[in-house]
Amino acid sequence: MTTTDTFPRCGPYPAAAPFAPIREELTTRFGAMPDRLDLLQILVSIQHRLGYVPAEAISWLATNLGLSRAEIHGVVAFYSFLEETPPAPYTLRFSTNITELWQGQEANMARFKDLPNVRALPTSCIGLGDQGPAALVNGYPLPRLTATRLDAIARAIASRRPVAEWPAEWFKVDPNVRLAGPLLEFAFTPGALVERVLAAGDAAFMEMLRASGLRGRGGAGFATHAKWDACRAEVVPEKYVVCNADEGEPGTFKDRLLLSDHAELLIEGMTIAARVVGAKQGYIYLRGEYLWLYDRLNAALEARRRAGLLGAKVCGAADFPFDIAIHLGAGAYVCGEESALLESLEGRRGVPRIRPPFPATHGYRGRPTVVNNVETYCAIAQLAGIGAAEFAALGSQGSAGTKLHSVSGDCAHPGIFECAMGTQVSTLLDLCGTRDPLAVQVGGPSGRLLFPEEFHLPLDFSHVSSGGSFMVIGRERDLFELVYNFVAFFHHESCGFCTPCRSGSNIMLNALQRIRRGQGTEHELQIITEAAAVASKASHCGLGHTLGNPFQDLERGRPAVFQDRLRDSPDGTVLDLKRAVAEARALRER
Amino acid sequence: MTDQALGITIDGAAVPCQAGDTVIDAAHRAGVYIPHLCFHPEFGPHGSCRLCMVKAGGRYVAACTTPATPGMSVESDTAEIKELRLRITQMLFVDGNHFCPACEQSGQCQLQATAYGLGMQDLHFSPSYPKKAVDASHDEMLLDRDRCIQCNLCVRASDRVDGKHVFSLGGRGIETRLMPNSASGLLRDTEFSAEDRAAHVCPVGALLFKHDNYARPIGRRLYDRTSIDRIGNRRADDAAPGGSAP
Ligand SMILES: Cc1cc2nc3c(=O)[nH]c(=O)nc-3n(C[C@H](O)[C@H](O)[C@H](O)COP(=O)(O)O)c2cc1C
Ligand code: SF4
Repeated sequence: MTTTDTFPRCGPYPAAAPFAPIREELTTRFGAMPDRLDLLQILVSIQHRLGYVPAEAISWLATNLGLSRAEIHGVVAFYSFLEETPPAPYTLRFSTNITELWQGQEANMARFKDLPNVRALPTSCIGLGDQGPAALVNGYPLPRLTATRLDAIARAIASRRPVAEWPAEWFKVDPNVRLAGPLLEFAFTPGALVERVLAAGDAAFMEMLRASGLRGRGGAGFATHAKWDACRAEVVPEKYVVCNADEGEPGTFKDRLLLSDHAELLIEGMTIAARVVGAKQGYIYLRGEYLWLYDRLNAALEARRRAGLLGAKVCGAADFPFDIAIHLGAGAYVCGEESALLESLEGRRGVPRIRPPFPATHGYRGRPTVVNNVETYCAIAQLAGIGAAEFAALGSQGSAGTKLHSVSGDCAHPGIFECAMGTQVSTLLDLCGTRDPLAVQVGGPSGRLLFPEEFHLPLDFSHVSSGGSFMVIGRERDLFELVYNFVAFFHHESCGFCTPCRSGSNIMLNALQRIRRGQGTEHELQIITEAAAVASKASHCGLGHTLGNPFQDLERGRPAVFQDRLRDSPDGTVLDLKRAVAEARALRER
Repeated sequence: MTDQALGITIDGAAVPCQAGDTVIDAAHRAGVYIPHLCFHPEFGPHGSCRLCMVKAGGRYVAACTTPATPGMSVESDTAEIKELRLRITQMLFVDGNHFCPACEQSGQCQLQATAYGLGMQDLHFSPSYPKKAVDASHDEMLLDRDRCIQCNLCVRASDRVDGKHVFSLGGRGIETRLMPNSASGLLRDTEFSAEDRAAHVCPVGALLFKHDNYARPIGRRLYDRTSIDRIGNRRADDAAPGGSAP
């Protein structure tokens, strides 16, 4: 890492670092009168440098950006990684996805609970499920937390060793490619594919895209050509292409690999998209958990600018100005939802927009915007290289190409596998070295829980569609804990905008907690069933629509998991008197 | 101008539409009431309370945000949709702390009136009794977050009509709270005044005038004798029968 990094490793943070010294730096980066759209980016920078957002900074932002304080507080409070309280010297955020909890993450966290100088907090999956359990220290990833490593970390903290001086080995993220296929092995000369599209023309590429049958890799599987067509049809000078690198679905880390080792392919794909839909500016929305990739990605962009592959005349074409900037998220899963992502890109709270209108016609700053997943853009570049027929032949009927799967959990070879669309679940289970698992969670918590009787199903858009998460669940695991963990995840990540998701996830979590404590009856089960159904029907966005999936899948597939935990109660009530009066007793100090 | 060619049907009855209508716009103009709390004719759709859920083309959609497309067939007053709305209302109740019998707004509250309209008899879900702070700092107005349903109407009114930006929603998820815009975070230290439009839009009892409460005797309150589906979403201080039709 060089000293010019925008986000070097920071800390230990002083208890209340003054804001004034970094004000200048912000002015250099964002201008004397920063744009309102930069609010989140400025907050992220302040948070990273100081470990918090001091009151002074809020006043400065309110004045310079012409915003109300309440609005800035509202933005800060929305994102898990932004804080207004003075920091501890070190903050460890432990990834609490179920696979990592099963690897002992609870105890890892507890180890730091009472140590001085450090806060140990839980956080949603940080995209290192193949090399977990993992944590972030002041925003930087620490994979493979063994007991020895944790001891060493505790010593570094006790001696207040600067995070910048911690051994590089502690931060080393393995690419962990277990099976590479035509996408990961695709070789090309940077710029050559853009030139090919420039030569053939936009219409010809659109025809190729349509013929290929390429569908989005981010989870929803929307036909890419249809989205681009809608954006192309808008006749306005200002359009945008946005890369969704939020990768927030627990257990997903395939975009991590593409961003770290195949950035060239991603940028090539985004540049083709810009040419074809007519955009001059692109953004990569990078999740806050991937802060460690920021400077690396920026270097890749800079290299392309120097090579004339980004900038005023891309590939020398006078009519093709295009550049890309990176925007960081700050710990909010919902910002992966494309309209919430656009809100966040505009510096606001990541609350999903009312749709229609869709981003393709009304996106970033209200302008036509194409939002695609990282892997989708990479597939675009690959398609430009190999053509529609070859691309389609790589997959199955209705599901062209290959798919990257992030495999984690109870298997011998966790990591990234590139498989043809249509590969059976059982084949991937064999490849990753697992015998006779209890179940597998495909597509993350919002996806599907599959049992052995479903392992013959193909992984493609017509059967088991996946955004790329594949968590193997071994025989010894408790599926109740899986569902509990996922509901807690949705509850934590709900943006709170709409009733069914905000209140419904809370109702579900509370009822699951009662069952978990041994106080649940048939009544709890019914409440959860109903809340899940209401959320799936009536929510405002996909988060609420899918939050009931894990419960519904388990209840359908293995109802005994719940039944065995219920307490018999003839009138359907269970009163734990001690618990019920605990608060009153505490208030009366008895 | 309504145009028959643009029309939709709601529960089988023809409803004429104008260009640009959402389902709720067309319904209310035709005198068909669809329950709602965060939608307001003056401030438009918000899409957060989800009470206006209807079924169209086999899909569940919010009537306030869904464009009325010609020939659309909408199900609204069906047993299934009414149950869905009832459950959403109950979710709103357990999401806050609503002690109706003691509430100043009882009888004039749109949440309560909606619950009555849907035949709500109990909370159904277990209450969560969330901790929400009351802000009594302002001379004229009380902010009782226990009753706030986060419809955003005061935020919108203060932004768009008063131009004061007094309110914002802060936090996330179940921790989302209405926040006044001041360094202290208190209502007293904002520019808020009881004359503001924002002081006259709360559909529940979250933003209350401090004086003259309980002035109207039981039996003469807004919704005591007329149900919300007949007189629409109104406030006791609405100048003319306005609110959202019918
Ligand atoms: C709650 C939620 C989270 C999402 N997270 C992501 C994400 O992290 N990455 C992603 O590419 N798409 C995510 N999506 C899907 C996006 O909304 C959108 O469909 C996608 O970016 C489109 O790209 P694609 O067509 O290339 O797949 C999410 C959707 C929802 C509802
Ligand atoms: S479904 Fe959940 S995440 Fe989506 S808008 Fe509603 S509250 Fe927010």
